[in-house]
Amino acid sequence: MRREDPEIKGRPVTQGAAPVTATATQDEAVLQISDLSVTYGARVVLDQINLSIRRGELVGIIGPNGAGKSTLLRAIAGLLRPDRGTIRFARAHGGTPRASRAQAQLGYVPQRIEMDPDVPLRACDVVGLGFDGHRFGLSWPNALKRQAVDRALALVEASEFGQSLVGRLSGGQLQRILIAQALVSEPSILLLDEPLSSLDLRSADAVVSIVDRVAHQSGVSVLLVTHDMNPLLRAMDRIIYVVNGRAVIGSVDEVVRPEVLKSLYGYDVDVVRVRGRILVVGDEEYGDEANRFHHHAP
Amino acid sequence: MWHLLWPSGLLSFSFMQNAWMAGSAVAVVSAVVGFFVVLRGASFVAHAVPRGSFAGAAGAVLMGQSSLLGLGLFALLSSLGIALLGRRRRGAVATALVLVAALGLGDLFLSIGNVYAPEVFALLFGQVVGISRADVYFVGSLALAVVLVVAWLYRPLLMHSVSAEVAEVRGLRPVLLDGIFLLLVAAAATATVPVVGALLAFSLMVGPAAAASLLAKRPSTAVFLSIALALVSVWISLWLAYITSWPIGFYVSAWSLVAYLAVRLGQASRRGRTTLAQSDGALKTTTRGNFSG
Amino acid sequence: MGFWHVLWPTGLFSNAAVVTAFRIGSAVAVVNAVVGVFVVIRGQAFSGHALGDVGATGAAGAYLAGITALWGFLAAGFSSGMAIESLGHRVRERDVATGVVLAFMLGLSALFLYLISALTETSGAPIAILFGSLFTVAPGMTGYVLGLSLSALLLLGIIFRPLLFSSVTPDVARVRGVSPRLVGLLFMVSLVVAVEESALVVGALLSTALLIGPAAIATKLSRQPLTSMALAMAIGVFTTWLGIILAYDSFLWPPLNRGWPISFFITSLMLLSYLTVQIASGRQRRSNAATALTDFGNLSTEREAWW
Ligand SMILES: Nc1ncnc2c1ncn2[C@@H]1O[C@H](COP(=O)(O)OP(=O)(O)OP(=O)(O)O)[C@@H](O)[C@H]1O
Ligand SMILES: [Mg+2]
Repeated sequence: MRREDPEIKGRPVTQGAAPVTATATQDEAVLQISDLSVTYGARVVLDQINLSIRRGELVGIIGPNGAGKSTLLRAIAGLLRPDRGTIRFARAHGGTPRASRAQAQLGYVPQRIEMDPDVPLRACDVVGLGFDGHRFGLSWPNALKRQAVDRALALVEASEFGQSLVGRLSGGQLQRILIAQALVSEPSILLLDEPLSSLDLRSADAVVSIVDRVAHQSGVSVLLVTHDMNPLLRAMDRIIYVVNGRAVIGSVDEVVRPEVLKSLYGYDVDVVRVRGRILVVGDEEYGDEANRFHHHAP
Repeated sequence: MWHLLWPSGLLSFSFMQNAWMAGSAVAVVSAVVGFFVVLRGASFVAHAVPRGSFAGAAGAVLMGQSSLLGLGLFALLSSLGIALLGRRRRGAVATALVLVAALGLGDLFLSIGNVYAPEVFALLFGQVVGISRADVYFVGSLALAVVLVVAWLYRPLLMHSVSAEVAEVRGLRPVLLDGIFLLLVAAAATATVPVVGALLAFSLMVGPAAAASLLAKRPSTAVFLSIALALVSVWISLWLAYITSWPIGFYVSAWSLVAYLAVRLGQASRRGRTTLAQSDGALKTTTRGNFSG
Repeated sequence: MGFWHVLWPTGLFSNAAVVTAFRIGSAVAVVNAVVGVFVVIRGQAFSGHALGDVGATGAAGAYLAGITALWGFLAAGFSSGMAIESLGHRVRERDVATGVVLAFMLGLSALFLYLISALTETSGAPIAILFGSLFTVAPGMTGYVLGLSLSALLLLGIIFRPLLFSSVTPDVARVRGVSPRLVGLLFMVSLVVAVEESALVVGALLSTALLIGPAAIATKLSRQPLTSMALAMAIGVFTTWLGIILAYDSFLWPPLNRGWPISFFITSLMLLSYLTVQIASGRQRRSNAATALTDFGNLSTEREAWW
């Protein structure tokens, strides 16, 4: 019974956070991760992760620096081979998660890219690569592609700098272009690595609205790594909390609780709610306000 | 049999003594500058500056001047050109353009001057036997100057090479440090080209330093290891070149490749073994974790 | 007369060597310009230059082995290109790997040339191989050059989009099923073909000039890869023609009266054009920045002015 449960979590808290909703069935899962372990040399970066993600769900991935968030995302994206465990995808048009990665439509937004300021590429060309960049042969101008690119640019509110050279965009502008590049391929699963990190509050809010729409209107499953869960609170369905290579998934209320986080961090943490914001306070040091976030176990 | 490995004159001929001294000085200066070359990923510059200085030597020969003068001048000009043209990301393109312009000029000098072919060959590939005592003094003092400058500016150069932005925030002028680095390359080139030749001067800068920086964990260790590797490589090459009378540049560059490949392969196999062993260990711990959970 | 004489010297097109030079020079300029745009985008200028230099090793090796020079060039180019690809994955690693491979190949060419001069007592060979000249190309090479150019262009056309994709956002390309390794390897093949054929017919020096120069200028002027390529082709072909004409004309110039090398003209023209574009674009960018005067903008333009 335990094994079938799509809500199986990292070891220590299988009993802690109960399965969210009874309506979650296997059919809706578009991504199923079982027993996933990743090591770098002697370091175990991900330790037997079990997760399943449903269609049209917006999931935030949160945790301290070096916890393994990017590693989890890269393993899902197929950018690194796990040492153990399986990752299964549903086909783009449904069915139980069994298909290989190639048959699932994945969109990926990397944490950041480096770009020569003189690269002769406009922002819209980079978005266009998301449309047909994987095809061999030259591309001829076609209306379908142009429309798709324009739509994606409009969606991330980037139309005004679509014609600028990518190498000269600001960090936040480039971030939006990369999101548009992922969206233009009409993915069924969208993986974003810290898309909010170089954005001002207003732009971060705009990106949250975009992924909200993409997930809840277009039915795309969105996995989004972030350092601060608060901007996401209004849109997020569930949260994956990663600490020291172990992960718990559930709704915010289930996961962000002192007992659950204590078992992850290995020491007492407090969860403070002020004016609609959630703060995780490390207890074991001074508990001082400035140090509130993500303390590592010594 | 023995005299094949230790032929007469290896140490006693005065031209061989000159070669040993100049070669050692060249090894030290190349290794020290090469450390920064590898750290900054600037092999192309290390290749282009000595190569471009060849044109100056050709020009100097044409005008009846000492080829060292031309070498130095063109090494300086090429490195200045690269510094002026090359913004951070466009370094390689600027280097290529400066290099081809210098070589085009060299081609012109050669065709105007009708320079005698063996002379060109010596400039391109080095000629150990041609080193005079005066050359030894010149190369030696240049090497000493470079080493002193590096010792004086070691930490700023290091910080700038690792992260130009951090260095800038700390109040170091990136342009100045870029310029100093390029001047060091120019000085090293001027010292090295007469001994190893314009084509292979950079192999001494890149090979030992690359192997050393793979092996060493700390920068200062890497510098000394790189000096040691360069000295060994030059000595072995001199010895082999004397025995076989093949060009010394061949041996120097072959040793560079061998050292670099050996280190890379050694590391790859070690990494392969450790990941195997470690993932094995990891599996054990996780299973144990399962049981206890 | 006077000035026009320089650009339209008498007898230009009745000279067979010049006509061959025009044909081969144009073909080489076109293929190098197109490949060069990707070389500049991918930051592989050093590899591109190194492949030209190793051609000398192949040439000397072929001479020693008594086989056609073309095969020597291609063999040296392919072995070095593959060595660079397999040794260098990360940027800094690639730089060092290219350096070490190039150093070894040049060392080998030192040995080969030494053996050639020791065995055959021809001492002019090294210089001819390293510098080459368009005017001494055998007309029989035209067919080979055209065939190789076309195949390099064809290959590049096939991998165009995945190559661009994996040059700009390699991780995203991998997620979408493109293998940046494979595409990089295929690009290396077309780079080797383009560089080696031009190293064979115009020399290692001009091959680098025609590979990097037009592409560097064009990528500063345009916003799209395809227009960059078209622009680079135009710049490359135009510079080559001008170089040929000037070199032909220079047979009449003092003090030599026996012709200046064509490579001198082409390389200086490249450097001059690049400088012009660089200064112009620097000025334009600075005036753009000036319109959006913020304190920070001020700082960064000041910093730019340092360069
Ligand atoms: N290529 C690698 N080789 C060795 N260790 C690595 C490698 N990549 C990541 N790590 C290690 O794995 C751990 C997890 O890294 P990861 O990038 O997944 O963290 P993260 O949760 O995304 O952190 P951040 O919030 O800083 O982005 C880190 O401790 C890191 O040092
Ligand atoms: Mg991360």
